[in-house]
Amino acid sequence: MTDITENLKAVSHGIEVRDVSKNFGDFQALEDVNLIVPDGSMTALLGPSGSGKSTLLRTIAGLETPTTGSVLIGGEDQAKKPVRTRNVGFVFQHYAAFKHMTVFDNIAFGLKVRKWKKDKVRARVNELIELVQLTGLGGRYPSQLSGGQRQRMALARALAVEPSVLLLDEPFGALDAKVRKDLRTWLRRLHDEVHVTTIFVTHDQEEAMDIAEQIVVMNEGKIEQTGSATDLYDEPANEFVMGFVGEVNSLGGKLVRPHDTEILPVETPDSVAVTIDRVVRLGFSGRVEMLTANGGQEVWAQLTRSELETLDLEPGSRAYVRPRPDAVTREDTGALDDAFKEESPAIHRPTPAEPGLPV
Amino acid sequence: MVTYLSLIVLLPLAAIASKAFSDGFGTFWDAVSQPQAVAALKLTVICSLIVVAINAVMGTLIAWVLVRDEFPGKGIVNSVIDLPFALPTIVASLTLLTLYGKDSPFGIDAAYTKAAVVIALLFVTLPFVVRAVQPLLLSLDRDMESAAESLGAGRARIFRQIVFPNLAPGIAAGVALAFARALGEFGALVLISGNVPYKTEVASVFIRGQIESDNIVGAAAVSVVLLAVSMTLLAFVNLIQKWGLRHER
Repeated sequence: MTDITENLKAVSHGIEVRDVSKNFGDFQALEDVNLIVPDGSMTALLGPSGSGKSTLLRTIAGLETPTTGSVLIGGEDQAKKPVRTRNVGFVFQHYAAFKHMTVFDNIAFGLKVRKWKKDKVRARVNELIELVQLTGLGGRYPSQLSGGQRQRMALARALAVEPSVLLLDEPFGALDAKVRKDLRTWLRRLHDEVHVTTIFVTHDQEEAMDIAEQIVVMNEGKIEQTGSATDLYDEPANEFVMGFVGEVNSLGGKLVRPHDTEILPVETPDSVAVTIDRVVRLGFSGRVEMLTANGGQEVWAQLTRSELETLDLEPGSRAYVRPRPDAVTREDTGALDDAFKEESPAIHRPTPAEPGLPV
Repeated sequence: MVTYLSLIVLLPLAAIASKAFSDGFGTFWDAVSQPQAVAALKLTVICSLIVVAINAVMGTLIAWVLVRDEFPGKGIVNSVIDLPFALPTIVASLTLLTLYGKDSPFGIDAAYTKAAVVIALLFVTLPFVVRAVQPLLLSLDRDMESAAESLGAGRARIFRQIVFPNLAPGIAAGVALAFARALGEFGALVLISGNVPYKTEVASVFIRGQIESDNIVGAAAVSVVLLAVSMTLLAFVNLIQKWGLRHER
């Protein structure tokens, strides 16, 4: 296992995307995209479906050709390089397993293409099978594996050829929630071991925040913001980023985080009248769900236990809410709702979940 | 179901077989080993093998173009593929005779030659491989090819190692049906082949000749040989398909 780690460390490269645009007929999938992915980092491309994140990933891999602009891997322009000479590891949402080959042969494919000697192939494949925890399953066919196992096999297949970058297109999108969570923790740990520059596409903000060092928020073919989870959460570039990363309330024309939402017993000039709908106590913190008096819009606030006790709210009673004085807010122009309207049903607008998101 | 199958398929087969051996094995052997019968059987089997070999390649190619390429008139081409199925075979034979006979508009006079037999068989068996491969190609996961490409494979290798193994069961099925059809084809050949004994007379035409000259046992004997060849090939193709689909469990 250690020597795989060493190998991959040595060949890993950073990625640079310069002014890339991509058109499919009349449709502009990417518009002037600029991005730097540091060597050895883990970056997430996050956005709703149709935001261009998969197109960007496929363009980096060479599976799509940019209409204008260039992609650099390890400082080298890839324009003239076809996919097969780019040495990228690509993992597909639906695994793209070679279904007529065993797990062993799937992982060995890239090595055989590179004309490795038989015994070297066997040694390397066995190492990888162990690395992705498929020990003993080398002789199985993909149809005899679970979804999670298939995706780990696909990952081993991509890693086998010692790629300079690893690109994952919604790698956990087809898996159920539990497997998804396990696999992403596992991927993070794997990345800590092999340190290959990794970009993965996701529409799940929690997944992106959980394992990526750098998150790229995309919308309508453009990059809205690039930064760490904390950057995006604390200093969203615009209302789209604010709404897409983390929870958000719309209060009197402003977007505000639930933990920045203050509940007052009396009216103030900048507050909005609400009716208390539900009070949920969750140990040391709590959640108050409310409906605005003017329009019945859902609003919720995350409070500490002592704040809850001081306020002593009853369902049905009247209260007033406003952003805390130091709150992060952005104008609500409705652009966020527009972006979400066109979404596929698989993606949902962040709704009040359990508290505990990175603050 | 068993009764139905027996009535429709097994009973006639059994009748033929019992007829062929009704005068004992000696008569059967004499009937199938007489030079004219051997020549007819040989011609039929060899032409059929040539035809299915061409079909395996061309049929796959046509299916590929129909699935993967976009061109004007694709829909029309797609429906033309089935024409040999729809056309009465005797009409096909007449058409071919007009095209490749002695008054050929292209100046190709292939009538009454072995080439004519191959051409006629190619015509009637065209759709089998195309129609067997097409659905497999449609459901083939294109990401598999992209994955192979990202792993460094060139186009030839991708076809050989990724695409072809997934099409092989379809090609095998198409080949089996085309071969069975070619072995027994009568209508499409009867005009254009000229039915010259020892030269262009195929087994089915020979069988009719035997019946006309009242040699029912001889006709049945040659039929049994055709049947045996056909079943051997079907069994072989079945094995290929099983192997090709070994990963589908």
